[in-house]
Amino acid sequence: MIDAPLLSLAIFLPLVGAAFILVIRNDDEAKAAANARWTALWTSLVVLVVTIAMWVMFDPGTAEFQFVEQAPWIPAYGIQYYLGIDGISLFLIVLAAFLTPVCILCSWEAIQTRVKEYMIAFLVMEALMVGVFSALDFVLFYLFFEAMLIPMFLIIGVWGGPRRIYSAFKFFLYTLVGSVLLLVALLVMYHETGTTSIPELMNAGFGEDMQRWLWLAMFASFAVKVPMWPVHTWLPDAHVEAPTAGSVILAGVLLKMGGYGFIRFSLPMLPEASEFFAPFIFTLSIIAIIYTSLVALVQQDMKKLIAYSSVAHMGFVTIGIFSMNQQGIEGGIYQMLSHGVVSAALFLCVGVIYDRIHTREISHYGGLVNRMPRYAFIFMVFMLASVGLPGTSGFVGEFLVLVGAFQANTWVALLATTGIILGAAYMLWLYRRVVFGEFVHEDLKTIVDCNKRELIYFVPLLIAVIIMGVWPAPFLDVMHVSVEHLVDQVNGGTMLAQSAE
Amino acid sequence: MTYVAAFAVFLPLLGAIIAGFFGRRLGPQVAPIATCILLGATAVLAWATALHVIDTGNVLHITLFTWIDSGAFEVDWAIYIDQVTAVMLIVVTTVSAVVHVYSLGYMEHDPHRPRFFAYLSLFTFAMLMLVTADNFVQMFFGWEGVGVCSYLLIGFWYKRPTANAAAIKAFIVNRVGDFGFALGIMGVFLVFSSVSFETVFAALPEKAGTTMTFLSWEFSTMTVLCLLLFVGAMGKSAQMPLHTWLPDAMEGPTPVSALIHAATMVTAGVFMVVRLSPMFETSPTTLVVVTIVGATTCIFAATVGIAQNDIKRVIAYSTCSQLGYMFFACGIGAYPVALFHLFTHAFFKALLFLGSGAVIHGMHDEQDMRRMGGLWRKLPKTYAFMWIGSLALAGVPFFAGYYSKDLIIESAWVTDTAAGQYAFWMGAGAAFLTALYSWRLIIMTFHGKPRMTKETFDHVHDAPKVMWMPLIVLATGAVIGGYGLFGGKMVYHGGETFFEHSVAFTEVEPGEGFKVPAHDEMAEYDNDEEVSEADGHADDGHAEGRGVEDVFDIIDKAHLETPIWVRVLILLFVAAGVGTAYLCYMIKPHLPGLIASQFRPVYKFLLNKWYFDELFDRIFVFPAMRLGMGLWKAGDQDTIDGLGPDGVAAATMNISRRVKVLQSGYVYHYAFAMLIGLVVVASWFLFRTWG
Repeated sequence: MIDAPLLSLAIFLPLVGAAFILVIRNDDEAKAAANARWTALWTSLVVLVVTIAMWVMFDPGTAEFQFVEQAPWIPAYGIQYYLGIDGISLFLIVLAAFLTPVCILCSWEAIQTRVKEYMIAFLVMEALMVGVFSALDFVLFYLFFEAMLIPMFLIIGVWGGPRRIYSAFKFFLYTLVGSVLLLVALLVMYHETGTTSIPELMNAGFGEDMQRWLWLAMFASFAVKVPMWPVHTWLPDAHVEAPTAGSVILAGVLLKMGGYGFIRFSLPMLPEASEFFAPFIFTLSIIAIIYTSLVALVQQDMKKLIAYSSVAHMGFVTIGIFSMNQQGIEGGIYQMLSHGVVSAALFLCVGVIYDRIHTREISHYGGLVNRMPRYAFIFMVFMLASVGLPGTSGFVGEFLVLVGAFQANTWVALLATTGIILGAAYMLWLYRRVVFGEFVHEDLKTIVDCNKRELIYFVPLLIAVIIMGVWPAPFLDVMHVSVEHLVDQVNGGTMLAQSAE
Repeated sequence: MTYVAAFAVFLPLLGAIIAGFFGRRLGPQVAPIATCILLGATAVLAWATALHVIDTGNVLHITLFTWIDSGAFEVDWAIYIDQVTAVMLIVVTTVSAVVHVYSLGYMEHDPHRPRFFAYLSLFTFAMLMLVTADNFVQMFFGWEGVGVCSYLLIGFWYKRPTANAAAIKAFIVNRVGDFGFALGIMGVFLVFSSVSFETVFAALPEKAGTTMTFLSWEFSTMTVLCLLLFVGAMGKSAQMPLHTWLPDAMEGPTPVSALIHAATMVTAGVFMVVRLSPMFETSPTTLVVVTIVGATTCIFAATVGIAQNDIKRVIAYSTCSQLGYMFFACGIGAYPVALFHLFTHAFFKALLFLGSGAVIHGMHDEQDMRRMGGLWRKLPKTYAFMWIGSLALAGVPFFAGYYSKDLIIESAWVTDTAAGQYAFWMGAGAAFLTALYSWRLIIMTFHGKPRMTKETFDHVHDAPKVMWMPLIVLATGAVIGGYGLFGGKMVYHGGETFFEHSVAFTEVEPGEGFKVPAHDEMAEYDNDEEVSEADGHADDGHAEGRGVEDVFDIIDKAHLETPIWVRVLILLFVAAGVGTAYLCYMIKPHLPGLIASQFRPVYKFLLNKWYFDELFDRIFVFPAMRLGMGLWKAGDQDTIDGLGPDGVAAATMNISRRVKVLQSGYVYHYAFAMLIGLVVVASWFLFRTWG
């Protein structure tokens, strides 16, 4: 069973689904749209099953890449179609596969124009997301990494809000600058080692100066994706203009590419430079946590507020990764997964009321609990998870990160921990203004509670948040060996360099 | 016993789930009663478990399953019940059961009853998880869990803006405390490579006396850890300056105030210090801080209490003050006495709150004592309960508070340290103020001429059966809790055996309780005297860790060696307090107004709670908002975007307009930028390779 090319299956199935939607006849528009929706939903569900099968079959006892597929692609340059996952990338793939059906469901009624194209964009996006997290060839990785911009760009640009052009452009400009530098790093590495295989590059052992330059080039790309302060300003705009599902994928998966990049490339390939730049990362992350939390406090637009909170939460991720010990890195990965679920869910919560009232202004709402008790409960759980309440997924990641950071540097831990106070302040205040109180506006008096379709996608997210908070073993146990291996790589690298000196 | 204990802990969770998810289906009658039955069962099981543990002295330790496991960082879900936990189990489940039943009456007309009972039960579950934790992180889980439930219950009447504000304030001020607690846990893990109480306590002899680098300075390890943890305790137990949330929390329904803000959650901080007493004993500096914070809060809150007009706020400040007593008892090393006072206080303070709830209920939601008066004929039962509660609170002989509170003050007297003496005088002063505000409350509420319209007065009615019957349980506790129940066991004869495995340092007996190091072992190392002196916190107190015998030495000394005049003095203070109240509010009712106008600044200062809220608003809240706005506008929009994407975009647009190749479309920009990128990269690469 292991021999079945599951990764390729997970990448190509959505593409097949997309192709299928493409050939749906356009005679009856409503029917075509319905068919497109159902096709997309079923395809994404099958992919989810495939990824869960991989999780079940995954052997947590080894740090080797698993489900490896290797085939020559451009033999002249030694570039391969090379896929494989370890205990780190596995969950990011599962996350992507988990959120795609959610996106399709939440767009079921909200998207009424160009439904076919919309669904195709999401399926293509899914294929690329799985591809990014499973690629073991740098060129292949870069291809997926870059190509992913296109569907996201279209989703914002075509189905987005009134300022979508500005936002899409901003989004593009930022990520592109980073990407170009990543390409430079890629070419240099190829030039130095003659290989584009990621496992081989991990053992390449670059010289110190070279490491630093390469590190900076990669940093430019990954930092934009995370996003780290001060290259975060594209995120609030992109979120505000994106349709709900676009925000879900953006916050849920796309932001994780930055953290993943640091874990997969910067740390193992450039351990000394990572060590060297760690204080720099800590500084930026702490600024991100405090700065964006304060900014989130004064936002009047719900999506902007959650977008800024994302920047703060991702600050924890980068702190964890660069504390370079097991708790920190596992916490960072866990925080990425948790944030993937929680922030996605929070954007969905905004989407639910946006679909009904068509505004995201916080001041327009108030008193929703009077007519929407289910919604109030759902929103409450995700709000508390975002705040990092123990018993929810948010706590495990955040706390492990802080435990890791405390070992690395107590200043970092202290300053980062202020984030738990500020985070509580802006989230609780948001919740109060939207959900509690009396109705302030007429149009809220007829608002209806979550319907079945909405519950279908909220309930799995709720369950995920609670299980990840109470019983993280299925996740952490699978990560352990891979993360230990990574920690060894980093320490081995720095130790080697020290002995060389 | 294992199953009994597990059921005791998890039945409230079941109740919360039933009332929370199926409340609407079951209807507003069935769901609350279901939670009451489950809570009753919990109380019975908890008593059984607690009595078993207390009688046999066997500690119950059940590991459920692994929670977080990352490298050396291992945390289990566990149920750990020793004597300290047993006492807490009794307090939590008894008061919770009483409050559940009482709420059936109090919340009778509320349309959201199931939700209310779901929160109450969920709170009880979180509190039980807190007290039965065998490690720091599960304790933190319970800690934050009770915080959330408190938030939900304070804001239960979500239509009131003041309730919402109070709820958020409670959560955030508590988070400030949790900030310290969390850092403390991280520090513990860094130092001990473990977060289980057992491992940490066992390793104390190695670590006590060492130093660690915290932030950029070198500190005594144990002092850093204990102070950080203590910040958490200060937040949860409303100690100065993190007390500001507690009076505001009175916005919640009164049963909530009784359960959470008097008997259980706010005592979690005291519980924490008692639970971690082996750690705190290794840091004399921390103990001095604990003593001073406790003693200061004790007197501060009492002074504010005499100037408040809201009946619940008076009791809230009283709680704050009583918690101060408990903390300084811990600080001087009399942990069992602190726990004892926690135990008795839970009964009489919950009684007072529920009694005031009956007044408010009878007065149709009036809380201002200036609009009460003369109610004793109308509310005879409530009046009687309030008297019992006040007698116990003030420490009148033979009521519960007399045994616990006086013992704290006496223990402070016999400790010859400066901090101990300070605590003694503050505690004695607070005893006077306690009696004063208690009788001020009684007289203003129940005596004198009615200060309300005749119509309101005629409609006042005493509590229904479902509300006053449960109070009998609490009243019994308030009367006999001092010498009956476990009072004797805890602080009189045999206390050593009672707390053998729980408090301070104890002989190791494998399989029984935490393997805390023996006292002899502790005597061998020199404590962090030098460091604490270097910090400027020189204290000549117990430089070496105390064992449970030493702790009981303090208590025995308090029993035996306190001079008679000290005891008489305290009683005189109490009598003077009652007398002053009688004089000011009964005989010469114009006197308080006169005093207030004569000493206007002092009165204002007290009425406005020493201006703590205003201070915090000025220092933290407003600047945070302004800063946030500034960073957003000037930072993100002007600077980053201005120099970054918008600037570049403007430039690019400019160029593209001039070139006029294509007017619109981001695709163009993408292609264009991509092209430039490729050209740059390719040329760089070419030069690098062949250049």
